[in-house]
Amino acid sequence: MTDGLRARLVVTRPAFALDIDLEAAPGEVVALLGPNGAGKTTALRALAGLTPLSDGQITLDGLPLHAQAAEERPIGMVFQDYLLFPHLTALDNVAFGPRCHGASKAEARRTAAALLERVGLADRAAAKPRQLSGGQAQRVALARALAVHPRLLLLDEPLAALDAHTRLEIRSQLRRHLADFDGATVLVTHDPLDAMVLADRLIVIENGAIVQQGGPAEVARQPRTDYVARLVGLNLYQGLADGHRVKVGELLLSTADHLQGPVFVAFPPAAVALYRTRPDGSPRNLWHATIDGIERHGDNVRVHLGGPVTAFADITPAALADLDLTPGQRIWASVKATETHAYPA
Amino acid sequence: MSGRLPWVLVVPAVLGLAFLVLPLAGLLVRAPWPTLLERLAEPQVLQALRLSLVTATIATAVCLLLGVPLAWLLARVSFPGRRLVRALVTVPLVLPPVVGGVALLLVLGRRGLIGQWLEATFGLTLPFTTAGVVVAEAFVAMPFLVISVEGALRAADQRFEEAAATLGASRWIVFRRVTLPLIAPGVVAGAVLCWARALGEFGATITFAGNFPGTTQTMPLAVYLALETEPEAAIVLSLVLLAVSVIILSSLRDRWVNSP
Repeated sequence: MTDGLRARLVVTRPAFALDIDLEAAPGEVVALLGPNGAGKTTALRALAGLTPLSDGQITLDGLPLHAQAAEERPIGMVFQDYLLFPHLTALDNVAFGPRCHGASKAEARRTAAALLERVGLADRAAAKPRQLSGGQAQRVALARALAVHPRLLLLDEPLAALDAHTRLEIRSQLRRHLADFDGATVLVTHDPLDAMVLADRLIVIENGAIVQQGGPAEVARQPRTDYVARLVGLNLYQGLADGHRVKVGELLLSTADHLQGPVFVAFPPAAVALYRTRPDGSPRNLWHATIDGIERHGDNVRVHLGGPVTAFADITPAALADLDLTPGQRIWASVKATETHAYPA
Repeated sequence: MSGRLPWVLVVPAVLGLAFLVLPLAGLLVRAPWPTLLERLAEPQVLQALRLSLVTATIATAVCLLLGVPLAWLLARVSFPGRRLVRALVTVPLVLPPVVGGVALLLVLGRRGLIGQWLEATFGLTLPFTTAGVVVAEAFVAMPFLVISVEGALRAADQRFEEAAATLGASRWIVFRRVTLPLIAPGVVAGAVLCWARALGEFGATITFAGNFPGTTQTMPLAVYLALETEPEAAIVLSLVLLAVSVIILSSLRDRWVNSP
């Protein structure tokens, strides 16, 4: 018997196809990360039995899940907008699952009260969903999903509906609850930070297929698609390496890593320096770029560069003023070899 | 928007309003107010009123029992011929009630397709009985309920039902504990409309159940009959029906009358 989740999910629709392999060990949190329309939610709904599989199979703790209807599967699901039953109190929302599994009313309410206590909402038990704040509703939804003692917990964008401040707090609480949960967890998000904080392993989906997977640190350090690179805030290029030199299009970049053949090269936008005139004693990686756009980025300014390679450069507002940059202008850009990171493609 | 009101719209609008309101005003003007209470207390009036209220209420209960599941079937289960079934459900809405009564006689009458069997097997006769009144009223009123409930079901967010399914609820439990509470306002609105329609039923009732005081003579039938013998009594009975209708309308104002 194999523990945890093993699945091959194939959902074919007109103009859309999802085909991914998925595994999650008991106690492991796997995040499905991807842009809108990538098929993350479809994958989650297929695991829950809400969307039929076109092909493939799902086994959970060695048992075939795909043969069961949604209500027979040992799962708990937290929906993006929680879908708490508006006519029931928080307590009865959480007690709903245990009741469906045959518990008496009193028993179900005891289970529900204990879970509300665990998520810190014992005092909100009698509140109707519309009286709950976003963060409270999120925790009730989590308690409701956990109340059925699922072997597989499914979370669809669990933090997306929250404002920035609540999000921070709920994220760390959710992380604690997920650590306590002994079943497998699959989490869908488009927010890289949620994925990095909550998940043990990331699976990046684009256009219905897996494009990259690995631990959060590995994915953050070595993105393999433009989408992932943007998520983790790196400039990413594909090129051909010969020792410390990588040919990216017309440009020859020097890197600290020594490699041969097809590689990725990544460097952070903050590592890019900009000069109005060609700098003396020039650093190795220097190119002549055009400014495509300038925007605020946190406390800094992000400059979009065109030219032989497109890149983002993050500079301080003071530097922007000194350089007197305007869109369309030509400029010199450089990055130190030690700031780049090359890895096999 | 401001400016002069266009008389091409205002004149017909006022005429239309007058057309709708004047007959009702006439009823109030010609009502025998001094003897009203006396007349209301007459046994025939009370008898007809009680029969009307009882049969309309039972007919509504029957419609709820059969109509809500039918609406659920039409809104939630896809099966071949669903569009045809939906069209069939609305037929009693457009059918002249007298024709409905004739049709009921042909099927449930003593010689009817099912009526024959009912009488032979259970000794049950529907036409010209109080049960027949209920059948006629339910036949005419049920589409109102089905359409109202189906509309509510289609408007309800089905994802709540999905959430219930992931918590282990069977389709019946989902219906009873999630769907029904969510669409309760629609069911209530449908039931009230259905009840009002059953209360006013005339054509199918007189055709299928006849006009026997005490057993099948409901208020509308009594009004019609009284008009020939005792016009004042007809006015009193009409006033009672009018009062009931107004109460129903005002209770539904927010949900139905004012909705676009």
